[in-house]
Amino acid sequence: MVVSTQTAGASNKHVKTVEREEIAVRFAGDSGDGMQLAGTQLTNTSAIFGNDVSTFPDYPAEIRAPVGTVFGVSGFQLNFGAHKLRTAGDKVNALIAMNPAALKVNIMDLEVGGLLVVNEDAFTAANLKKAKCETNALEDGSLDKFRVIKVPIDKLNAEACKDTGLTGRAVGRCKNFFALGISYWLFGRPMDTTLRWIDKKFGSKPAVADANAKALRAGYYFGETTDLFTEKYVVAPAKLAPGRYRKVTGNEAVAMGMVAASKLANKSLFYGSYPITPASDILHELSRRKNFDVRTFQAEDEIAAMTSIIGAAFAGALAATGTSGPGLALKSEGIGLAIITELPMVIVNVQRGGPSTGLPTKTEQADLHQAVWGRNGEAPLCVLAPATPGDCFAMTVEAFRIALEYMTPVMLLTDGYLANGAEPWMLPDIDKLPKLTVKHPTSLNGAEHFSPYKRNDKLAREWAIPGTPDLQHRIGGLEKKDITGEVCYETDNHSHMIHVRREKIDGIANTIPPMKVFGSDSGELLVLGWGSTYGPITSAVENCRAKGMDVSSTHLRYIDPLPKNLGEILSKFKKVLIPEMNMGQLTSYLRAMLPCEPISMTKVQGKPFLISEVEAKIAELLK
Amino acid sequence: MSADTATVQLKAKDFASDQDIRWCPGCGDYSILSQTKKVLANLGVKRENTVFVSGIGCSSRFPYYVDSYGFHSIHGRAPAIATGVKLANPDLHVWVVTGDGDGLSIGGNHLLHAIRRNIDMTILLFNNRIYGLTKGQYSPTSPLGKKTKSSPMGSVDFPLHPLSVAIGAEATFVARTVDINIKHLTATLQRAAEHKGISFVEIYQNCPIFNDGAFDYATGKDTKEDTTLMLEHGKPLVFGGEKKKGIRLQGMDPEIVELGGEITEDDLLFHDEKQAEPSLAYLLSRMHHPEFPEPLGVFRCVERPTYEDMMMGQISEAAKTKGPGKLEDLFDDGETWVVE
Repeated sequence: MVVSTQTAGASNKHVKTVEREEIAVRFAGDSGDGMQLAGTQLTNTSAIFGNDVSTFPDYPAEIRAPVGTVFGVSGFQLNFGAHKLRTAGDKVNALIAMNPAALKVNIMDLEVGGLLVVNEDAFTAANLKKAKCETNALEDGSLDKFRVIKVPIDKLNAEACKDTGLTGRAVGRCKNFFALGISYWLFGRPMDTTLRWIDKKFGSKPAVADANAKALRAGYYFGETTDLFTEKYVVAPAKLAPGRYRKVTGNEAVAMGMVAASKLANKSLFYGSYPITPASDILHELSRRKNFDVRTFQAEDEIAAMTSIIGAAFAGALAATGTSGPGLALKSEGIGLAIITELPMVIVNVQRGGPSTGLPTKTEQADLHQAVWGRNGEAPLCVLAPATPGDCFAMTVEAFRIALEYMTPVMLLTDGYLANGAEPWMLPDIDKLPKLTVKHPTSLNGAEHFSPYKRNDKLAREWAIPGTPDLQHRIGGLEKKDITGEVCYETDNHSHMIHVRREKIDGIANTIPPMKVFGSDSGELLVLGWGSTYGPITSAVENCRAKGMDVSSTHLRYIDPLPKNLGEILSKFKKVLIPEMNMGQLTSYLRAMLPCEPISMTKVQGKPFLISEVEAKIAELLK
Repeated sequence: MSADTATVQLKAKDFASDQDIRWCPGCGDYSILSQTKKVLANLGVKRENTVFVSGIGCSSRFPYYVDSYGFHSIHGRAPAIATGVKLANPDLHVWVVTGDGDGLSIGGNHLLHAIRRNIDMTILLFNNRIYGLTKGQYSPTSPLGKKTKSSPMGSVDFPLHPLSVAIGAEATFVARTVDINIKHLTATLQRAAEHKGISFVEIYQNCPIFNDGAFDYATGKDTKEDTTLMLEHGKPLVFGGEKKKGIRLQGMDPEIVELGGEITEDDLLFHDEKQAEPSLAYLLSRMHHPEFPEPLGVFRCVERPTYEDMMMGQISEAAKTKGPGKLEDLFDDGETWVVE
């Protein structure tokens, strides 16, 4: 840590500028307080400044829970650093709490000695009661281990916006920008990105734009002139690979991957979906891409979303749907139909806490068994799992590559953490994106009838689409006769078709990349992850290796079929640890698939693993 | 109907597939299949531009027997699958074949929404008032008290009336016909297929095995004149052997009157299938045997923009205002920065 003393801006006070490698900041307030917005703005600004960023939005399922209650608290955590970041940070270094409930719910995550900025105006008797606080934390000494900065945000914000002509209520809605302004001063961030955003967003409401800009500036200048702060923090730009970057969330990356795939395959994209948290943003993103001939269909239910894409795939579109656990349950029968009719499509499942409605806004990885096995009959399905928000782009394109090459539905398993979490993403080189070649048959080629279930060397059938003369054929959910596709109840044929459908999916392993090990090729302990656990696992292994521990890691992005070299990798380590946000689903799946006895580490709290949790487990196993 | 017409005039038999038909002898489905193939020939559509989508049930075997593209899907989902087909390629000529169980029970939701979206396709609902393929349970259109294998003391379910449901969802074309009235069946299917927008046709269809004679009242030579009423646009509602009976409005309700004496045709309710408000069509859909003659023919035929036209309209408008999508622009959207 480098500490220097300088005279800050307009005031004469002495403020130390402390240089940090990374800082985790969390904004917390009512779900109507605009905390997600404030967090996103600081993220964008930090990313453009050149830091690596990783975020974790944590919001309640209630849209506007009663103001001031603990169940209405919405939080947004941002980690920005001068080096590569893989998680939003184990501990919060600076917490901005807008009311007693937000303080109560978040204070346990603030590091000892951490900076706490509170809106002291909100600590009224009524608000303390709503948050069920027996005493006022600002007075009872419970915050002594933190550096507490009490700011009358309500009053200062109202003063800043008094000449904007807005009502008191509308002015109150600007206080997130006041808090954001404080954070911009505190972390030495320029305001211009957010000021531009305000102009664009509220262009049609000049008074609102004016008020928000005034609140932001007032917060910033408050930081500069007040004597409350004795330190400000700087985090230098990170050394990322050269290129042009933007920030992406997993959901944005999935949507971009779909549009890119449709361009690469030269096909219209049909996205049928039913609104469900946390997958709806994919539908929102795609519905504003109509100039790419993206056809979004908001279906009447999950079943119609699924079956509409089956119809669209039959008719020749690049078809996809997105959902979360409860929706996937409803789509199961339709996925079985997609499997037996062997049509190409992509099903995105953004996992959330279950069972049933469960924890709609929290993350979990508990749909792995549902993805791999959750259908009636022998219904093999290719299942992929991206590792980071940015990887969601590459894996979506890969999902379509497999779907088209093998004529099969493919499931992409993301989760709430990937979907809403953000990271910098280097804009891809368009010439280097994979080519997605689609060949529809155009004639009978001398045959008497079209044979819809005739296969190529990858066991893929031909995709003849309506509108093509002479290739009329009928498909459906009844068992198919090999080659002709006619309805067939013969026992030997059924057995043959079941085996062929499985062999086709297994064959995908021939065209996927082998897994790579981070660390050593053999040793005491291998940590195996899948999906969003990539961040905490890789950072934990990196830290442990720096301490000299014999630990390596590898990450599964292909769940079914498994990469061919996985068994060999596992066999080279004495122990294998699998941390996952469920009760051990990958662990039991691998036990069924490979000769291995992995050790399961589970977490089902609706929150991602902390790096320190994985580190502790590694240390325990290497003791 | 937007599909290209055939250059060579096809005949009904050209629409027959090479599959053996597996319906029970005497099933009403045979007649509907024959008349549909005739209508396809009349329409002059190409086989390759025609798609039949069905769900599960006896009626849903239909696509196998037509030489077009076909999809025999899963129970109740045909309207949703057909929606995907039509939105992926609006040039296709799309038909949905469903039954009372498939369309109104397990698939009721999809039926409602396909109708209210006014997607240009034709839905044929074969109503035999029974579950046939599962061997004889009461269906959502079985009358109260119907004794079946699953209701030995009589069904305690109040029935749904398919046309009331379709009109409630504001179908732009609604009609009813009967399997054995070949002339009426053909004419009705033809009009349904020609309508631009959703067309919903209820077909009274006899199941000779599990519900034989369910529609005898409406098809019997001696009874049909009194138990059914042929709708004609712009004409008064008359029925009976010598068209001596009519329907008159008494306040908001229909009543049967005898013509002659003081009551003339001018006192009767006149049919207007073009009425923008669906109230009259709904009133007609509520006329049930034995209290009233059951209307046959076109209940409603109105114009409304189709879903796919509006969807494609937005797509071309977006391409015009934003320019055709380019991947460079997709990626480089919003704030970006360069790392040297």
